[in-house]
Amino acid sequence: MTDVLTLTNVSKSFGALKVTDDVSFAVPKGQALGIIGPNGAGKSTLFNLITGNFLPDAGKITFLGQDVTRVPAMTRVRMGVGRSFQIPQPFEGLTVFENLLTAAAFGQGKHEGEVEADCALILQDTELLRRANDLAGSLSLLDRKRLEMARAMATGPDLLLLLDEIAGGLTEGECQALVATIKALHAKGTTIIWIEHVLHALNSVVEQLLVLDFGKVIGIGAPDEIMASREVREIYLGLEA
Amino acid sequence: MKHAMQVTVTTRTRASTVAGSVALGLIGLGLILPAFASRSLIQDLFFILTMLTLAQLWNLIAGYGGMVSVGQQAFVGIGAYAMFAGVILLGWDPVFAILLGGIAAFLLAIPMAFFAFRLQGAYFAIGTWVIAEVTRLIIAQWKTLGGGTGTSLPREATADIIGVATIANLFDLRDAAARDVLAYWLALALAVGTMAAIYALLRSRNGLALAALRDNDNAARSVGVDAGRLKWLVFLAAAAMTGLVGALIYMQTARISPDAAFSVTSWTAYVIFIVVIGGIGRLEGPILGVLVFWGLQTAFSDYGSWYLLALGLIAIAVMLFARGGFGA
Ligand SMILES: Nc1ncnc2c1ncn2[C@@H]1O[C@H](COP(=O)(O)OP(=O)(O)O)[C@@H](O)[C@H]1O
Ligand SMILES: [Mg+2]
Repeated sequence: MTDVLTLTNVSKSFGALKVTDDVSFAVPKGQALGIIGPNGAGKSTLFNLITGNFLPDAGKITFLGQDVTRVPAMTRVRMGVGRSFQIPQPFEGLTVFENLLTAAAFGQGKHEGEVEADCALILQDTELLRRANDLAGSLSLLDRKRLEMARAMATGPDLLLLLDEIAGGLTEGECQALVATIKALHAKGTTIIWIEHVLHALNSVVEQLLVLDFGKVIGIGAPDEIMASREVREIYLGLEA
Repeated sequence: MKHAMQVTVTTRTRASTVAGSVALGLIGLGLILPAFASRSLIQDLFFILTMLTLAQLWNLIAGYGGMVSVGQQAFVGIGAYAMFAGVILLGWDPVFAILLGGIAAFLLAIPMAFFAFRLQGAYFAIGTWVIAEVTRLIIAQWKTLGGGTGTSLPREATADIIGVATIANLFDLRDAAARDVLAYWLALALAVGTMAAIYALLRSRNGLALAALRDNDNAARSVGVDAGRLKWLVFLAAAAMTGLVGALIYMQTARISPDAAFSVTSWTAYVIFIVVIGGIGRLEGPILGVLVFWGLQTAFSDYGSWYLLALGLIAIAVMLFARGGFGA
């Protein structure tokens, strides 16, 4: 099976703090991978390295075998890597629809006319259609999180979709709707990496689970095995052995 | 698809027809105005239109593009000097030599952007100012164009500018007044052209990208917006247009000196004042701002430095208490 993404011995420090510590893993095409780990473990940083928002100090990142370690973020989006930000970063002065239009037009390199219908569908799937004409700056935190997801989808993430803690704060019903949306994307063959603390939602979608702690990969495997492992229970769930 | 269409989406990429018809009416009125307006009104309008164009261009790079340049006088100055060079050294008609002004400003903008784009925030502003000063000092060494004291357009050149004779006949004017009408029409064309181009830009894909960059450049890059390319595009285009305006202003004055043509007060400070009081980052802002500025200029400019002080205080007050400008 071809690997959409590989990280080989990737490291990143902020000053003296090693936030990504010799990380290696691969994501096969079509897989949904979950990432868990305590706050500050370096999960979001990992996304920023994959998208090119940060450059690693060492190691190599490839998309479909192509070395992208030094490729700028803008180019990686156009290669088909869409991402949501954990702390929403909407274009506040644009409407919700324009946020998507910008993402679709530039992420896919198309004219607005070609992507308008797609954007409307994505707004519908992410339950944002009723806010389509509102300025993104006027959205509640929940809707901002929805917009993150919607905008990531709009960029055309044919290669890889990265979702960073999008289920927090949702009601059970909303969470199920979100899971259904992600499952539908996954069913269409989209490769997904999802960082999430809401474990039942995460585990209902992903086939593989990766555990990160202090910037290190401390486990990767089937969700039930990972969840059952002593290391994860100690470190992630904070249970005393 | 079927469900999605229940909501009608509106985007800035679609134009408003009402505003369009009003604008067309105003342009028509502007065109026929010389038939019945006094010479001094035409001169006032020339001043208003050229300052308006400069303000729209500064608003484009600073208000929309986030590049707060205080070196725009470099483009006014180089544009004006290139026009003079075309007339004096090459014997061109001043109207055609204006085009040289646009080209020269465009060429100067390339190294300027190359250096200034490496600088952030206040350093960018200072960088643009320094480059403008350096350009002024270099131009002041150009002895054929009058060096530090400057020079005038030769009489032969101003006597038979293309179109002046026709205008003189048409409106039964003397040549000097006909030249003012010609300059006014060119200023009108530049102002309308500039605003139409900015309007079109803001309603295009690139307009969305500019707005996105201004709101959040990290997120903009993360959806595929090429920030660097867009900044270059906007900066170079605004520089070329600023050069055309500079050339036109000095075609009308017919006399140039490095200190006047590269004046940071006249071509950048006033322009920033206009944009700030009118409302930065809005197309209507400079229109309102230039009218306020012209009113103040007409009423108080005899007071010299007190006048400048008052302008500064007004600008600061607007920035502190009415950030959107008077137009908000
Ligand atoms: N841009 C940055 N500059 C400095 N430190 C950072 C930066 N981004 C993240 N960090 C630090 O890196 C560590 C990991 O952060 P992050 O990747 O956001 O963790 P997680 O997403 O797992 O909660 C934290 O200690 C955080 O403070
Ligand atoms: Mg995080």
